Amino acid sequence: MKKLHIALLVLIAGAIAILLTFLKTTSTYDTVETAMAKPGKFVHLMARLDKSQPIEYDALKDPNYLSFVAVDTTGKSVKVVYHSAKPDNLEISDKLVLKGKYDNGLFECQSIQTKCPSKYKEEQAMGKSHPDSVKIN
Amino acid sequence: MDYIGEHLLPGQLGHFFIVLSLVASLVATFAYFKSARAVNIEDSAHWKKLARYSFITEAISVLAIFIILFYIIYNHLFEYHYAWKHSSRSLELKYLLACFWEGQEGSFLLWSVWHCVLGLILIKKSKQWEAPVMTVISFAQFALATMIAGIYFFGWKMGSNPFILLRDSGVLDNAAALHVNFDVSQPLRADYMASIKDGNDLNPLLQNYWMVIHPPVLFMGFASTIVPFAYAIAGLWKKQLGEWTKPALPWALFSAAVLGVGIMMGAMWAYESLTFGGYWAWDPVENASLVPWMILIAGIHTLLIYKHSGYSLRSTYLFFILAFGFVLYSTFLTRSGILGESSVHAFTDLGMNIQLYMFMYLLIWLPAILVAKNFKQSRNVLMASVILLALIYLFNLPWLGLIALLTGIGILVYHIQTQVPAISKEENSNSREFWMFIGSLVFFLSAIVIIGKTSLPVFNKVFGLKIAPPEDAEYAYNSIQVYVAVIVALLTAITQYLKYKSTPWIYFRNKILLPTAIAVIVSALLFLFADINYTKKGPVFYGSIWLAVICSIYTVIANTAYIWLGLKGKLKLSGGSVAHIGFGMVLIGILISSSNKEVLSNNINGIPVPLGEGEDPGENLTLVKDVTMDMGKYSLTYLGDSSHPKKQLSYYKIHFKSKDGKEEFTLMPNSFVNYKGNEGLMSNPDARHYWGHDVFTYITSISNPDKEKDTSSFRSHTLKPGDSLFYSNGFMVLQGIKERDSLPVEIFGENGKLFEAPVKIFSKTGSIYTVTSRLAFAKDQIMSLPDTLSSESLILQLQKADNKSVEIGVRESGAVMKYVTIKAYKFPFIRLLWGGVIITAIGILMSMYNRIRLNRSSKTMS
Repeated sequence: MKKLHIALLVLIAGAIAILLTFLKTTSTYDTVETAMAKPGKFVHLMARLDKSQPIEYDALKDPNYLSFVAVDTTGKSVKVVYHSAKPDNLEISDKLVLKGKYDNGLFECQSIQTKCPSKYKEEQAMGKSHPDSVKIN
Repeated sequence: MDYIGEHLLPGQLGHFFIVLSLVASLVATFAYFKSARAVNIEDSAHWKKLARYSFITEAISVLAIFIILFYIIYNHLFEYHYAWKHSSRSLELKYLLACFWEGQEGSFLLWSVWHCVLGLILIKKSKQWEAPVMTVISFAQFALATMIAGIYFFGWKMGSNPFILLRDSGVLDNAAALHVNFDVSQPLRADYMASIKDGNDLNPLLQNYWMVIHPPVLFMGFASTIVPFAYAIAGLWKKQLGEWTKPALPWALFSAAVLGVGIMMGAMWAYESLTFGGYWAWDPVENASLVPWMILIAGIHTLLIYKHSGYSLRSTYLFFILAFGFVLYSTFLTRSGILGESSVHAFTDLGMNIQLYMFMYLLIWLPAILVAKNFKQSRNVLMASVILLALIYLFNLPWLGLIALLTGIGILVYHIQTQVPAISKEENSNSREFWMFIGSLVFFLSAIVIIGKTSLPVFNKVFGLKIAPPEDAEYAYNSIQVYVAVIVALLTAITQYLKYKSTPWIYFRNKILLPTAIAVIVSALLFLFADINYTKKGPVFYGSIWLAVICSIYTVIANTAYIWLGLKGKLKLSGGSVAHIGFGMVLIGILISSSNKEVLSNNINGIPVPLGEGEDPGENLTLVKDVTMDMGKYSLTYLGDSSHPKKQLSYYKIHFKSKDGKEEFTLMPNSFVNYKGNEGLMSNPDARHYWGHDVFTYITSISNPDKEKDTSSFRSHTLKPGDSLFYSNGFMVLQGIKERDSLPVEIFGENGKLFEAPVKIFSKTGSIYTVTSRLAFAKDQIMSLPDTLSSESLILQLQKADNKSVEIGVRESGAVMKYVTIKAYKFPFIRLLWGGVIITAIGILMSMYNRIRLNRSSKTMS
């Protein structure tokens, strides 16, 4: 066997090992209930903002403290705390991907991804007449 | 029905040219195919002539489509959906091009335009390779033309047409006011255009000059990867298994330079206009364009090995085929909507997934059929491809879709293995080719690892899984790629000092001694006097970064030295070395700017006391207007904001002053505030550039502009000196009443009076302030000069005054305060990265020029 073939095998085995290890570090998409079932474990919580509950954020008091209630599709809700600035489109988002850990009754968020009903999507305009899509005198 | 105010001619012309380009590219493909297959020269020339005419017709059509679409956008013809959706009247001229390629249709068109340009050059230059190479390119043109065709085909929509009218796009279907009798079941009013005043505009994040230039360059990079691919296929097809590498090399170099620069322009845009605080986030869209580049680079190196030693021809085939294959894959990833959850900037789904899949499928399987050894094999591959496609379609099996693509590549690999000769003698491990191959292989595998991780959403979709990215997604990439950087940098440093075939040890030692010694000294100095502050991932990663930095320094020094030691200062030949120097600089720039990135806005002492728990320093800092704040070595003041005259775009003036007084500058990060119905902020950062670092800041939050129009009024209190008064956050004491005399007559007139009422304010937080409000009687007028205390949201206004008591109006509300919350970073050595990119590109282009020159002179000799 050629030296190069050995190197080839070793490197390819290495690449496969890396990808397999990567799979072990991946996390999961969860609902409130399943996230609560594994406290302290990093998850992607799929939920939306509970608009009936107040959002606690005052940049003057502490720009690095945001707290709100997230509710998932099953209707379960959890209090979320995020130690950073409030994502500017939080209130209008229709979906949130909350990356973090549940612990002691709180979902401690490391990052928030907001999904907004974008005006760039056609469905929006095609549904109800979008406030901005058609300007009428 | 005739509608008022529509301009239908451009659209009709556009449709015509789309159909023409579709037909012309198909004819060109067929004619080039016949020409390449023709046995006698006359036939071949005859078909070639037809093919050329068709391709030129195609090129003219594509150019015409491009111009017409731009005309529509430029003239704000909002009766066309594309213009309405992507542009607006307030958009600056320079961004009209950016909105051209904001949509999928426009960017496909851009790609197509570059194919035309490359195709025309190939027609002129590629001689005997023209017919087979252009067969591939013409077919790709046909595939791209279908993407913008918008033709219905047995009830199945093929492509998305950029000339579709707004009223046909469905957008207006539910707008009652535009329909006759306000009834959506009725037709549109004839004068509906009178109500369409403006378009939807370009996404504000794309309103950046990099967005004008980055997409054309990137797409030229994408488009040009087809040339080495087409040459490889042509070589296999025409059974000229090694000859194609000669003309393909300059093209591959060109593609690598342009694609590399295009990718880094995207990084530049991210750095300047996005707010994730950096230039690279291992986002799927970024990875999807990086991976073809890496494979292309691997292919260029194996090609050089082949030219000089005869080894590695098979891997060159594989790499050039895969580089293009991954361009197709990246097109699928970014345009199919499959990335949905995991990427911030993918195109919106146009419902063309089947077509995008077919694009990949055909460009892999057709070559696999074409290059088979004999007719029988061709037929078998063709049958396999049809059966697989039928199975995928009939049973709707996404996993089989993925398997089928891999099978297609597998068959191409089989053709390469069975047809392309390889030298059976083993490479010497002291030869250049041996280590160059190892380097290429590591680079290639690293690309595969990256795309494997990036494809998580694809695997989820295809196999019905629900795997989410890991906790620290960037670290998942960085922790592996840092070792790739170590290996590749080390090999880049030493391999040039090895000779092809075999290297005498003495020769190698004598040459490499000096650069190694210099690199050791520089590294030692760096180690003593500089540090890498990235310890949060543990000592192993910290050590790896150091190792990678040292190896990159070695790359830069060894390659610089090689220009003199190995090439005797002949700049013509030193393109490779220059590119390697640039690459080393890029690595150092990446490593240092990322690991030594510093959060400047560490909010340890925040304005107010944090809420008790969570003493964690946050990265956001709030600045109240005109109140100077501490931020590490700087003190910061938010001076105010100004607005763009036409857009809802505000610029925030943040004044930085270093405490040693040496630096003073103002940054103007901006934000789109509630832009065209997009509630919230879209912020663009601003940076101060220094030789060694950048100070970078952006807005994360602003005071609610609605709150500023606050209506709370003054509440009046009559106070005597020594009296106290409570407010929500503490209390205040009137210190005394002063009446000033001897006032300037020219201002105050006769009998002018000025009362001053100093008030001491004791806030709950323990701070004590003195505020003095004034009341003037000047020229029979009463003038009140209120004083504000921003940090306590207070305004005090002296309303009445005599020598014994005063009436003070107190107003307090959050609204008094205008503030912004910012994040600020320091990026060290970011310029090394940008500079490195430019030098790499120059180096690659130098090699390209040199290769073209060599090809020419070898032709004249033979």
